[in-house]
Amino acid sequence: MNQAIRNSWIAAIAMFVLIFGALSYVQVVGADELKANAWNRRAILQNYCNDRGAIIVGGTPVAESVPGSESCKFQRTYSQPELYAGITGYFSKNYGLTGLEKSMNDVLAGSSDQQFLDRVGQLFLGNQPKGASVELTLDPKIQKLAYDLIPDGQRGSIVVTNPKTGAVLAMVSKPSYDPNLIATQDAAAEQANYNKLNAVPGINLNQNVSGPTGALLAPGSVFKLVDTAAALGSGKYNKDSVLPNPAEMSFPGIDYKLPNYAGGNCYTRTTASFAFALQQSCNTPFASIAQDLGQKAIAEQAGKFGFGQDFGDQLKLDSAPSFFPTEPLDAAGLAQSSIGQRDVRATPLQINTMTAAIANDGVQMQPNLIKAVRAPDLRAISEPKPQPLRTATSPEVARQINEWMVSVVDDGIASRAAVPGVQVAGKTGTAELGNGLNNSWFTGFAPANDPQVAVTIVMEGVDITTGANLTSPNAKKIFEAVLNK
Amino acid sequence: MTPIDPVARPRRNVELVLLVLALAVGIGAQALVGVDRQKAFDSDFWFQSGLLALAALAFHVVLRIRAKYADPVILPLVVALNGLGLAMIHRLDRVGEDTGNNQLRWTLVAMAVAIAVIWFLKDHRILRRFTYISLAVSAVLLILPLVPGISAGEVLGASVWIKIGSMTFQPGEIAKITLAIFFAGYLSSNRDLILLAGRKVGPVQFPRFKDMGPMITAWLVSIGVLVFQRDLGTSILFFGLFLVMIYVATSRISWVIIGLVLMVVGGFVAAQVFSHVALRIDGWVNAFTPEVYGREFGGSLQIVEGLFGMANGGLVGTGLGQGRPNLVPFANSDMIIASFGEELGLIGVFAIVLMYLLLFTRGFRAALGTRDAFGKLLATGLSFAIALQCFVVIGGVTRLIPLTGLTTPFLAAGGSSLLANWIIVGLLLMISHTARGPVDTTPLPPGQEPGAGRKFPATPSKPAPDPRTNPDAPTEAVKQL
Repeated sequence: MNQAIRNSWIAAIAMFVLIFGALSYVQVVGADELKANAWNRRAILQNYCNDRGAIIVGGTPVAESVPGSESCKFQRTYSQPELYAGITGYFSKNYGLTGLEKSMNDVLAGSSDQQFLDRVGQLFLGNQPKGASVELTLDPKIQKLAYDLIPDGQRGSIVVTNPKTGAVLAMVSKPSYDPNLIATQDAAAEQANYNKLNAVPGINLNQNVSGPTGALLAPGSVFKLVDTAAALGSGKYNKDSVLPNPAEMSFPGIDYKLPNYAGGNCYTRTTASFAFALQQSCNTPFASIAQDLGQKAIAEQAGKFGFGQDFGDQLKLDSAPSFFPTEPLDAAGLAQSSIGQRDVRATPLQINTMTAAIANDGVQMQPNLIKAVRAPDLRAISEPKPQPLRTATSPEVARQINEWMVSVVDDGIASRAAVPGVQVAGKTGTAELGNGLNNSWFTGFAPANDPQVAVTIVMEGVDITTGANLTSPNAKKIFEAVLNK
Repeated sequence: MTPIDPVARPRRNVELVLLVLALAVGIGAQALVGVDRQKAFDSDFWFQSGLLALAALAFHVVLRIRAKYADPVILPLVVALNGLGLAMIHRLDRVGEDTGNNQLRWTLVAMAVAIAVIWFLKDHRILRRFTYISLAVSAVLLILPLVPGISAGEVLGASVWIKIGSMTFQPGEIAKITLAIFFAGYLSSNRDLILLAGRKVGPVQFPRFKDMGPMITAWLVSIGVLVFQRDLGTSILFFGLFLVMIYVATSRISWVIIGLVLMVVGGFVAAQVFSHVALRIDGWVNAFTPEVYGREFGGSLQIVEGLFGMANGGLVGTGLGQGRPNLVPFANSDMIIASFGEELGLIGVFAIVLMYLLLFTRGFRAALGTRDAFGKLLATGLSFAIALQCFVVIGGVTRLIPLTGLTTPFLAAGGSSLLANWIIVGLLLMISHTARGPVDTTPLPPGQEPGAGRKFPATPSKPAPDPRTNPDAPTEAVKQL
């Protein structure tokens, strides 16, 4: 019996050895990871009242720490809150950090490795700890213009980038919100505000569920650019290919028929060139390409444009991956998916990087928001350089699509995006939501022969006319503003 | 473990010195907490510290009188743990809350009951007479929380509370003791039978199916607790308690194997059938996924916040009163180890866990030293229960295993748990008194010990042993082991 008692004791000791191990792991070995967790409010609470670095756009701080009360020396404030909320995110005591406040927290709080010597200095000189500032690539003028182009009460996003560098010039969405409401020190108000904002559909509280980087929307005809790239890349099609263009397409075994857009000029021809099919945004030519090449080829090309992938390390915002269905589709499903309906979803930023890749001879650049990180003495701690993200198409394919996208603006249904004296390339999309309303898209770039700017606009849940009025004409205004025309 | 010192020494003065040390730890912690709240050394502090010290010294004096050979380390360890718990609970009290003083009241009541147990019971072997009464009491205690009118209803997903007036009580905590008494009594009487019969499969001898009765009973009780009271932690505790006791009674590893198989089967079925078990497991495995973290009921927020707190404490801790343990739900009860981890650091929490380790080790020593099978089984069972409870709680808080709602003995806020654990301490002290005392060859007064005056060594050929058989006489079978 005594031996059994000793064995039981050994079992109890074994359990305690496990406990000692688990405690050591949590408190020492794995502690850094736990401290860095986004949900961990202790880190925020600890330096919540420190002088945190500013987030700067065009020389003006849009998020900064200003002297606060006796109990909390510095208070985070946002000077143009709604305009930049989707970028800066918020710095909240109880709801944590989002946006750049989260991803750039290390440098903003002054705790990054590069700032180690600064911290030592602060320690010896007894100065207040002060974080580094983050300068953004955004152009405040374009950002404001883009924001105002989305009417209040309308859900929508606009993304403006430089296709050659990936620099983001403007990125806005509505509805937006005031991060000051959540950065308040009044815990009760903070909670009430958060709950109120969180209840608004589409509000960009977290970048990976809404807004330019998170809203997953049916791309509609914009997706035909993927079909075109897949077709040219396959070698089975070239610029002179003649595509079948029946008024509607039927499928074996089911009643469904895929029609061409009734309002356009598609019905005038039973076959079409790529240029015509893109200009008039006919559905059946692209559905037949998809049927010919197969789902795998379309999915692969979508992947090369970034579907199912992330945006690289330079964006510093949370994002949701866009997707093209990978589970096998039936013929009708593939046809619908090939025109950006059914199960295809893309974020506004995804459509923009896809467009930018076409503009940049097939090379997709990493979207980049950060121009520089500067220490309190204005010394640059880091200045990100443009980084290629992936190769989407060959240069020849990209240039061919570029040429056709120009004709869509010059001779096709995106004509209202035309800017006098500038070659504008574009493509529109109208994804039906099934309730009579659509997601209305424009994506394009200019000048087509030397692309400086890629613009993507999406307005969610609009009728045909409103969609047409809010996309191509607005793109025109942005092209003009960026190119100073 | 080192062999028991053959020479009986009371060691009460050692206890007194250790007790002063333990009080210094508890009261020192209390003072630090006070300093942090800008009301150090006020009259409340002196009153509370004085009461705790008085109660501890009274306990010490009672031991001098009634159990002078009792283990001298047990009482100081428990006083230190209880004192630390009191300080932390005081520290966690928000404005207007009074959990600290409530805990102090319960501490005094629990110590008084433990003293009464030692004073009136005199010898733990008397409890053997109450073997089946203990079973009945256990059953009543476990059923009480389900009886309408007495039940406090479902609190935080578990129906383990009863209402007496305005007070709530967890009878399952006391059932832990009565079940241990029942198992010890039953097994010490019937071990021969269970030992002898059985089929040998390879090197392992398996018991006969009809001897599985107690095992099935214990398993059903555990499953019953899980199903009807929705209390996974207590269920595991009861079953672990039974497993270790039947193992010690029979020295057969086959029981442990069968028991673990039953437990795994029961646990697996429970996880499939009962959402509360599945939620616990989900909250453990997927603690860091947003859906689980944000889930209102059965989410992982509690455990994740606890982990953050402990990580924040690091090696040396933030210092008492300097951390933010209140960010963790139930910081003063289920999650009190996380509070200690945050404020006292790994070093402090290691010290606390070491105190538990010493405590149950002293309990096992008492089991080794005492000469009656009942006492051995009871001491092992109770000591193992303390160890297992610590493992389940601290393992849950550190995400080693799924978090279940058990209390950390002596530290966590909660009267029922304090009371039960202090009674356990009283019993362990009494058993250690017989273990460490001089071998008493004179029989107890007639009627005091079951079977006293009758001398018949149990023989292996005996088919059904008389429950009154003297369990102390080793059988041939036991000798062979």
